Amino acid sequence: MEIPRETLIRMLELMLKIRHFENRVKELFAAGEMPGFVHLYLGQEAIAAGVCATLNQDDYITSTHRGHGHIIAKGADMKYMMAELYGKATGYNKGKGGSQHIAWPGLGILGANGIVSGGIPIATGAAMSARLRKSGQVAVAFFGDGAANEGAFHESLNIAAAFCLPVVYVCENNLYGVGTRQSCVRKIENIADRAAGYGMPGVVVDGNDVLAVYEAAYEAVTRARSGEGPTLIECKTYRWRTHFEGEPDTYRPPEEVEAWMRREPIAPYRRHLIEQGIISASEAEALEQGVIAQVDEAVAFARNSPFPAPESALEDLWA
Amino acid sequence: MREISFSQAIVEATAEEMRRDPNVCVWGLDVGPYGGAFGCTRGLYEEFGPERVFDMPISELGYVGMGVGAAATGLRPIVELQFSDWITLPSDALINQAAKMRYMFGGVLAVPMVLRAPVGGYLAAAGQHSNSYESMFAHIPGLKVVLPSTPYDAKGLLKSAIRDNNTVLFFEHKKLYEIKGPVPQEEYTIPLGKADIKRPGSDVTVVAYAFMVRKALAAAEQLAQEGISVEVLDLRTVSPLDEEAILNSVKKTQRLVIVQETWRRCSVGAEVAAIVAEQALDYLDAPIVRVTARDVPIPFSPVLENYVLPQEADIVAAVRRVVHA
Repeated sequence: MEIPRETLIRMLELMLKIRHFENRVKELFAAGEMPGFVHLYLGQEAIAAGVCATLNQDDYITSTHRGHGHIIAKGADMKYMMAELYGKATGYNKGKGGSQHIAWPGLGILGANGIVSGGIPIATGAAMSARLRKSGQVAVAFFGDGAANEGAFHESLNIAAAFCLPVVYVCENNLYGVGTRQSCVRKIENIADRAAGYGMPGVVVDGNDVLAVYEAAYEAVTRARSGEGPTLIECKTYRWRTHFEGEPDTYRPPEEVEAWMRREPIAPYRRHLIEQGIISASEAEALEQGVIAQVDEAVAFARNSPFPAPESALEDLWA
Repeated sequence: MREISFSQAIVEATAEEMRRDPNVCVWGLDVGPYGGAFGCTRGLYEEFGPERVFDMPISELGYVGMGVGAAATGLRPIVELQFSDWITLPSDALINQAAKMRYMFGGVLAVPMVLRAPVGGYLAAAGQHSNSYESMFAHIPGLKVVLPSTPYDAKGLLKSAIRDNNTVLFFEHKKLYEIKGPVPQEEYTIPLGKADIKRPGSDVTVVAYAFMVRKALAAAEQLAQEGISVEVLDLRTVSPLDEEAILNSVKKTQRLVIVQETWRRCSVGAEVAAIVAEQALDYLDAPIVRVTARDVPIPFSPVLENYVLPQEADIVAAVRRVVHA
């Protein structure tokens, strides 16, 4: 499949943004600069980047508690994200949402969601809305392996298939739901096999291969946009960090973590682009330095931003 | 004025709003050609077609959750639950999603969805088809909760609910569906959050809503013959609650009886009593009395159900108690 050069470079940039943003959040959180909890997307960068590279700005996504990657890949400005993580007034959601609840409808981001599977019916409804309004938009629901065992998953996929809705379900199977290995609580190996039960295509892809993710997403999004209905894509991947920052990793064999970290998605892709002459080594380096500068700027913006006025806690409830 | 039934009023309100706004659509169980289990979508499929009126599988979390997503992206969906008892199934879509999305996201989006659902007992429908869960949802910031008592109110309130930019739970009592009342041909709406004096009186305020308004009015008629003047205040919306109307009435009559069909503990009636205790205690000449369901599930046998649910005689006795206190 012929992927435009700017898209190939864009995917590298998005992955680098996610990587550097998350690494910085990891450090800042450990240093006690951020309140609450953070769930890092490190290791899964290729999925958000590969899927969102196939979407238009007005296409919809719903995200999860591990949502920073999706939000960045859909085009969010890291300054306002970082400010939201700091609980500052300048954050995307005025400090009312935080890490797990970033939304920005102008970019089609219908919210990261702290309820496992919570975004799946919402994306399905957005797809219904797009169809009834004849807008040509597509909705993508990102969710994890754990969400695929929720009723919301089953109900939504059945309805989406029955109504032939323009929606793509992207399951990021990182093998663990918090501390429970998924193979202990799910009989089948591939979640994508469930697609057959709903009457939609199910595709398994290597979630650490951004080109494989892009191609699967491209086909699914094209199918959705042309009225042929939903697709379930299962991306096999792994989170480098524990479920949330600060949680001791008592449940994963160290050799498993190491093996997956050797399969990290960015360096091989970068080498591939250089080998193919898509980008030179110096251009790639400049791209990365630019991303690091943007992350620096985001942190400075967040640090220098004011906290919301306490009484603003009573605003924004009613429309 | 012409008279139409409560369910016809629901149909009329929906049809008028669908003609006015192409983004209003209806989905739920059997709402299409079947016309709804209680006839509240009759004729809509024929007029507006399968694009805007369609049947869903029995997947409450799925299709209510879809309503949230559709409402956040430009539609104004009216989602019908066949019985409100099943609202437990999509409760995450309502409580954790619809109610919070606007606030949690700093006001950047809105969820203008209406969830319509039949409530109430007195039908020997037993423990999973007789409930009134409005107290649970009135507790949740970000949800509006409406319970009309007449065809006139049903139509005007539903039109306002559809136009409202927030998520509105619109609970319709099953015993009211076939009851007829005057409804003008002309366009009108009734604002959410405004109570209505259904019968003015001077000796005691009876606060009620939904089907209990009819029981309160019947009790008031009986008490009038004893020389007791009862004011019946119909809340119409239990969230937001019309505190001003409650306080004004209590300050006038100086006695309060609260009637609700649902359970007593942590309920709408408890909230009304608390508001009056906090803000108008000095005006009261007698302790507040509540007439409610007894705190057990709704039993099947009519003998048991009638014992558990409030009756007209209970209201009469409660009013006598506060008047003669």
